[in-house]
Amino acid sequence: MRPDNTTNHEVGLPISEVIKTASKKQEQRRWLLLSPALILLLLAASGPLLIVLVYSFLTPGDYSGVIWELSLDGWIQVIWQRDIFTGSIALSDAHLRILLRSIKLSFLTTILTLIMGFPTAYFIATRSKKRRSLWLFLITIPFWTNLLIRTFAIMEVVRNEGILNALLLALNVIDQPIQILYTDFAILAGMLYVFLPLMVLPIYSSMERFDFNLVEAGYDLYATRWRTMRRIILPIIRPGIVAGSILVFVPSLGAYVTPRILGGGKSMMLGNLIELQFGQGNNWPLGASLSFFLLALTMIFLLLYVRLTSKSAKSHV
Amino acid sequence: MKQQRSEIAIRIEDITKIYGEGRGKVIALQDVSIDIPENEFFTLLGPSGCGKTTLLRLIAGFEHPTKGKIHLYGKDITAYPPYKRKVNTVFQNYALFPHMTVAENIAFGLEMLGKPKKETDETVNEMLTLVKMEDLKNRQISQISGGQQQRVALARALAPKPRVLLLDEPLSALDQKLRKEMQIELKRLQSETGITFVFVTHDQEEALTMSNRIAVLNSGKVLQIGTPREIYKQPSERFVADFIGETNFLKAEILGCANGVASLTLPSGKTVETNVQKGFSPEGTVNIVIRPEHATVVEDPAESLLQGRLINAVYFGTDMRYHIELESGETFTVRIQNNPDDKTSTQFLGTEVCIGLHKNAVQILKD
Amino acid sequence: MFKLLKRKSFRFDIRHQNGFTSIAIICFIFLYTPIFTMMVYAFNQGDSIALWEGFSLRWFVSAWGNEQVKDSALRSLIVAIFASGISTTVATMAAIATTRTKSFRGQNIVYAIINQPLMVPEIVTGVALLIFFALVKTVTGYAGLGFLILAHTAFCIPFAYLPIRARLEGMDLILETAAADLYATPWKTFRLVTFPLLFPGIIAGAMLAFVISLDNVVITELVKSAGQDTLPTYMLGQLRRAITPEINAISTVLLAITVVILTLFYLLNRKSE
Repeated sequence: MRPDNTTNHEVGLPISEVIKTASKKQEQRRWLLLSPALILLLLAASGPLLIVLVYSFLTPGDYSGVIWELSLDGWIQVIWQRDIFTGSIALSDAHLRILLRSIKLSFLTTILTLIMGFPTAYFIATRSKKRRSLWLFLITIPFWTNLLIRTFAIMEVVRNEGILNALLLALNVIDQPIQILYTDFAILAGMLYVFLPLMVLPIYSSMERFDFNLVEAGYDLYATRWRTMRRIILPIIRPGIVAGSILVFVPSLGAYVTPRILGGGKSMMLGNLIELQFGQGNNWPLGASLSFFLLALTMIFLLLYVRLTSKSAKSHV
Repeated sequence: MKQQRSEIAIRIEDITKIYGEGRGKVIALQDVSIDIPENEFFTLLGPSGCGKTTLLRLIAGFEHPTKGKIHLYGKDITAYPPYKRKVNTVFQNYALFPHMTVAENIAFGLEMLGKPKKETDETVNEMLTLVKMEDLKNRQISQISGGQQQRVALARALAPKPRVLLLDEPLSALDQKLRKEMQIELKRLQSETGITFVFVTHDQEEALTMSNRIAVLNSGKVLQIGTPREIYKQPSERFVADFIGETNFLKAEILGCANGVASLTLPSGKTVETNVQKGFSPEGTVNIVIRPEHATVVEDPAESLLQGRLINAVYFGTDMRYHIELESGETFTVRIQNNPDDKTSTQFLGTEVCIGLHKNAVQILKD
Repeated sequence: MFKLLKRKSFRFDIRHQNGFTSIAIICFIFLYTPIFTMMVYAFNQGDSIALWEGFSLRWFVSAWGNEQVKDSALRSLIVAIFASGISTTVATMAAIATTRTKSFRGQNIVYAIINQPLMVPEIVTGVALLIFFALVKTVTGYAGLGFLILAHTAFCIPFAYLPIRARLEGMDLILETAAADLYATPWKTFRLVTFPLLFPGIIAGAMLAFVISLDNVVITELVKSAGQDTLPTYMLGQLRRAITPEINAISTVLLAITVVILTLFYLLNRKSE
C-alpha cells in the first residue's frame, strides 16, 4: 500500500522515479485483482450478449439454432409478420398485443406499487428507531423470498378455489367462482405482489434521511398537511421515488416467471415471447432480436433514470 | 405594573408535559406558568434537558401539553395546529428547504398564507434588506455559508409578520465572532420589528446581554423569572446562582429580619446586614451567596468580615482572582479589577488576608 | 373515553399523514396473506391446496421421500455453494481493487461490466448464455454442471461485490496507515487489519450470493441441460401438472431457510454496527 521508500533510497533512485514505479506497481496490482471477476463476467455475461447481437441477423435453423446466412427477418418479425404465401409484410397483431401488454402491465405495476409503497415507506420511516428495523425486516423477508414461491403463493390466492374467490363468494359479491388465473389481472396482481418491496426499499432509504425539522418549518410557515407533503416532502425524496419506479418498471418489462405462471401461456409478456422462440417457436434470430429490443427499451428507461436523478441532484446542490 | 400597560403576548398557564407512560415516563415540564408581554425579548435559559426547547415547541404547536393552556394575545391556542398559530420559529439547525432558493424559502410562509404575488415579492425584498442578504437572493441554500443561512432562517420566520418569534438556540452553530455579531443583529431586529422574541439558550452570557427578561429552568421547572440584573444580583436558589456567573457559597445564621433587612452571622463570626426580597423572612441556618466582584481584599482588620489564607492569585487581564482558604476550610474567590500600576501579588501567597464586602453583597437563598 | 377524546382533539402529530398508516397495514397484509396461506396448506392432510382437511406432516414426508426433489435440491446446493464461493472471492478482490483509489482509466467500463447482471433483464442474459453455451457444447461435447455454475457465478458477482465494497468504503483508512506505520508489510496489513475488518462484509456478500443462486429460475431454466433441474426449475415444471401440497411443503422449507439466513444477516449487520 505504502511505497517502500527506504529501500529505493538506498539504491539511490530519484524520488520522482520512486513515485512512478510505485504508482505503476499499484496499477498492475489493481488489474491483477480485477481480472478474475472481469474474465468471469466477460465470459458469462457481457461477451455472450455480443453473440446474441450476431444471431439476430442470421437465418433460423430447421430444428433449432441458426444457419449462418445473413437475414433481417429476425428484426422485422419483432413487430411485423411476413405472409407465408404472398410474402407481403403486415404489422403482427400478436406481437404488438404482447408488446403493448408488457408496457401497459409494467406501467400499472409501477403506479400501483408507488401508491401502496410510498405510504408504507413513509410509515416505516416515521416509526421509532427500534420499531423501524422490525418493520423493515418484514419488508425484506418477501423481498428475499424466492420469486417462484411468491408467484406460486399468489397463484393459490387467485385460483378458482383460492381464498379470493372464496371470500367473494362468502360476501355474496359473486355466486360462482370467477376466472382470475390466466388473465392480465392475475399477472398484474402477481407483479404488484412480487415488486412491491422493490418500491418500498429505495423510498424508505430516502425517507430515512429526511429531516422532519423541515416539515415542522413548513407547518410553522402556515403550510397545511397536503401542501407540506407536496411542496416539501415529495420534492426532497423524489430520488427515492424515481429509483423505486425504475427498479419496478425495468424488471416488470422483462418479467418471465410471473406471467408464465399466472398468465399460463394465454397472457404472454415480452419475456415469455422471447423464451418461446428458443423453445416451441424455434426461431432463434427472432428471439435474439426480441432480446435486443427488450434490452434497448430497458436501457432507454435506465438512461432516463440517470437523467432524472442527476437533474434532481443538481437542483439540490 | 409594566404588564398592565402592555398586553400579554404569550400566557403559559400551568403547563405540564410528560413523555411516555408507566416506567419509561419522563416529566419534561412541570406546572410551568409564564407571562410574556408584548415587545419583549424573553429568554428561556437552562442546561440541556431542562425543558426549555420543549416549552418552545409547545408554543409553536409541534407538541401538545399533557396539562395546561397556552394563550396568544388572550386567545387559547392550545388545540391549534402549528399552521394556524401566528408564531414562527427559527430552528436550531435552521431547517431551510434544500430544494428551494433563498428567496423561495423566505416566500414560503407568505405563499402558504395566500398572499398575492406582488405583496409576497415586496415582503421578500424587504426581508432580504432587513437581514442584509439582497445579493444572495437567488442562491441555493447549499451555496451560502452558515452565518448566511442563519440570516435566511430569520428572514423566513419574520416574513409572515408573526406576533411572536420563537428562536431555538439559533446561534449555537456559529463560531464565536459570528455569534457576537448575530447577538447584536438579533437585538436590532427585535427592536426594529417590535415583535416579541422568545429565545432559548443554554449560554448564560448570551441570555444576560440580550434579554429584557429571563426565565431560568431546571428539570422541567421554572426556578426564577426576572430581568438580567435581578437574576444575577438576586438569585433566589442555589441552582440559579451557580448556573449564572461565578459565585461563593457560604452558610450563615439569621439573627433577625425586619423591614426587608436581615442581619446574619457569617462563618467568621462577624455580623452583616443585607436586603431581602419582599415577603421573604429567612430563619435559622441559611445558604448565602457572594459574587467574587462584590468582595474585596482590605488592609484594615477592622473592616474585615472574612479571613483566610491566600492560596492562589490568577491574572485575568482585566482583573485578578484571588483564591482564599477561609478558616472554615472553604475556598472563597475575590475578584478585583486591575489598574495600570498593579504589581504581581504572588509575593503574598500563603499570607493571611482580610476580606471586605460591598453593601448588600450577601444574598440569602431560598433553598 | 373522555380523556381519549380530549387528547385526540388537540393532538397534532407532525409526522402523521391521513390514510398512510391504513395503506401501510393493508400493504403488510397483502404481502403476508398469500405466504401464510401457502404455508398453512403445506400442513394439509388432504390432497387439495384449497380445502382444509386437518393437520398433517405428510407432504413434508412425501417431499423428503421424493427422489427428484432430493436430486434437484442437492444440485441447487452444489451450484449455490460453488457459485457463492467463487463469486465472493473474485468480488472481494475486485472490491479491494476499485475502492478507495483515485479514479483510474477504464473505471466506468469496469463498473458497467461488474453491474451488468443487475441492469440487463435476466431473460436476456439467460438467452445470451443459452446461445453461447449451445455453441460451446457442440464444440467441446461437454454438457456438465460447469455451465450452470459458471452462469450462476457471473450472475452473483455484483450481489457479492456491493456489500463488500460498502464495507470497505466505510472503513477508516487511518487504521491501515497506522498498521503500516507500525512496520506491517502490505500483506501483513491486509491479513491482520483489512481482512478482519472486512470480514462481516464478505460474509454478507457470500450470503446474498448464496440466496441469489439458490433462488435463480430464469437463467437456470434456459441454461440447464436435460436432467439438470435445480429445485426452482423442478418446481416450475411441477406447476404444469396437478398441484399438490407437496409444492407448498417444499416452498415452506425454502421460505424457512430464507428467513433463517436473513435473520443471521440482520444480526450480523447489527453487531458490526
